[in-house]
Amino acid sequence: MSDLRMVVCCKQVLDPEAPPSSFKVDAKTMRMTLPPDIKQVIGQYDEFALEAALRIRDKAGGKITVLSLGNNMARDVIKKSLAVGADELVLLEDAAFEDSDSWSTAYALSKAVQKLDGYDVIFCGRQSSDWDAGQVGAGLAELLGLPVVTLARKVEAVDGKLRIEQVIPDGYQVIEVDTPAVVTVTSELGNLRYAILKGIMAAARKQPIVWTPADLGLDTTEVGEPGRRLQLNRLFQPVKEAHCEMVEGENAAEAGANLAIRLREAKLI
Amino acid sequence: MKEYKGVLVYGEVAGGKLSSTTCELLGCGRKLADELGQNVACVVASDAPGDSVAEAGARGADAVYTAELTKDAAGSAAVHVALAAQAIAAAAPAVVLIGHTALGRELGPRLAFRLGAAVATDCIDLQIDPDSKTVVMTKPVYGGNALAEFAARAAPQIATVRPKAMSAGEPNPSHPAETIQLAAEPATEPVKVLERVQEEVTGVKLEDASVVVSGGRGAGGAEPFGTVLKELADVLHAAVGASRPPCDNGWAPEALHIGLTGKIVAPDLYVAVAISGASQHMAGCSGSKTIVAINKDAEANIFLEANYGVVGKFEDVLPAFTQKLRELLTD
Ligand SMILES: Cc1cc2nc3c(=O)[nH]c(=O)nc-3n(C[C@H](O)[C@H](O)[C@H](O)COP(=O)(O)OP(=O)(O)OC[C@H]3O[C@@H](n4cnc5c(N)ncnc54)[C@H](O)[C@@H]3O)c2cc1C
Ligand SMILES: Nc1ncnc2c1ncn2[C@@H]1O[C@H](COP(=O)(O)O)[C@@H](O)[C@H]1O
Repeated sequence: MSDLRMVVCCKQVLDPEAPPSSFKVDAKTMRMTLPPDIKQVIGQYDEFALEAALRIRDKAGGKITVLSLGNNMARDVIKKSLAVGADELVLLEDAAFEDSDSWSTAYALSKAVQKLDGYDVIFCGRQSSDWDAGQVGAGLAELLGLPVVTLARKVEAVDGKLRIEQVIPDGYQVIEVDTPAVVTVTSELGNLRYAILKGIMAAARKQPIVWTPADLGLDTTEVGEPGRRLQLNRLFQPVKEAHCEMVEGENAAEAGANLAIRLREAKLI
Repeated sequence: MKEYKGVLVYGEVAGGKLSSTTCELLGCGRKLADELGQNVACVVASDAPGDSVAEAGARGADAVYTAELTKDAAGSAAVHVALAAQAIAAAAPAVVLIGHTALGRELGPRLAFRLGAAVATDCIDLQIDPDSKTVVMTKPVYGGNALAEFAARAAPQIATVRPKAMSAGEPNPSHPAETIQLAAEPATEPVKVLERVQEEVTGVKLEDASVVVSGGRGAGGAEPFGTVLKELADVLHAAVGASRPPCDNGWAPEALHIGLTGKIVAPDLYVAVAISGASQHMAGCSGSKTIVAINKDAEANIFLEANYGVVGKFEDVLPAFTQKLRELLTD
């Protein structure tokens, strides 16, 4: 088959693995914040999705375009996609894209995908690492009239089709799907490879393509906050009080034995 | 504009009965509908429905939309999307409830985009706003580091609901329900299942276990899952679980993965061994009645979540803990 044209959707997010205590809600703007020294990252599942595309290209060749929607994106964060080997980076970047939900995101991404010069596979993460919605992949499929295979842990291009191992409860199933198709990727696929020096240097020279709503033929009422279908009314952090009884002993083994005694006293076992 | 009224639950069937998550959805749906003074409908579309149609009525559905499916169709999310769209066209519900399950995670978003509606996924609370009579949908975000309240800007209001977040309530076998047949929906997508590989679950099923012993990245390898963790689990008649890293690293099968993107458990006793207590992990076990943590780092976040804790290396703590339990439990 001719080389696969692959699109990978990557979102820049607050580091989801920052210590839980460092997440603070700004109640006024209803946005989450982290201390400024904690760098933003590409969403975890989006990285796995990019790795899925890279593995296909390793074996079967093809072209990888990374799409990312947001505003004021940190170039060093999103350019990691180029450094690990993506061929092209397209940013949907504009103030009007701020505060998108999965609906307005998928809608704008669907227009961007159609503006590319053809596509065979669109990869998304199973869910974004900030809002944990898990909607954009399925949404793109519906908006573009494509089949979608969710929760992929392995993706191969075989005889012009995709062969996908999909995670199901207590196992997996092997699925064959025609292209074009949308695939959402889960963590068992494996981590994104490290960038090598050559890739980092090549990435430094490449400039992303930037598209605004107008470039996509979109009105500002169709994107960002106005384009949402799900209205955010409140973002808050319930106060948690530690209530842990620490069980001790002369040494760790004795503490273990004491734990058993304590659980028995509390009638928990 | 069409008037949307009432609640529609998209049911799932397991072993000839409604799944426990569907029972929870019906419990929640009945409450919401009663508050609105409206009806509950339930879709039961399965290849082996068993008693589940009657059960849906007993659990509060006033109308049950049914479809007999082939085995292939029952396993196809695309078929369920089409059936759900058909039931929504017929029932015009104000609220649609779907389990945040393997099926629901795909069904909810696809349905919403197909209908131009809004969906809030993985909700843990649904309440009627007294003024607007619309549903306030509460969902953990940022991996569980915050909660968000959403309202839908387009009808119907669709929510996928986290398993074990709602209570099922008691069935009432004399609750009357009418049955309505849905038209068959052929699978039209170019998606073919070539092979299905399912691990036989031996011993206590994780989701149903009343005690769960979980290991984390601090376990350091596969070995503890077959030795110290398993021995502890055996003494407590517990199921073994894991945080994500052991599953990603192949130390434990994926079926043991607990958390936001794994299984949701709510046992009486959850023993977290060498797990730091990341929000995404706690999302899968914070419904446990009692949490016990064993971790060598006294500062680990898990101690903010646990009821009992021991600071120490699991290699030292677990054998003595297990031995003492054995003594106490045979007394
Ligand atoms: C979108 C998203 C979804 C996610 N979904 C999930 C999910 O569903 N489930 C999940 O679990 N994670 C999930 N994660 C990952 C999560 O953020 C954490 O990275 C993960 O839970 C950490 O696992 P852990 O606690 O086992 O490992 P670590 O955080 O590395 O903690 C290991 C702990 O072991 C302790 N330790 C080390 N050695 C010993 C010893 N010898 N004895 C005793 N203690 C020891 C350490 O002190 C440490 O506290 C998700 C992440 C993202 C971004
Ligand atoms: N702003 C964005 N830019 C690019 N891709 C995105 C964006 N938001 C979501 N996605 C993709 O869609 C997936 C699911 O997102 P969500 O529906 O928000 O959970 C993510 O894992 C990404 O692959």
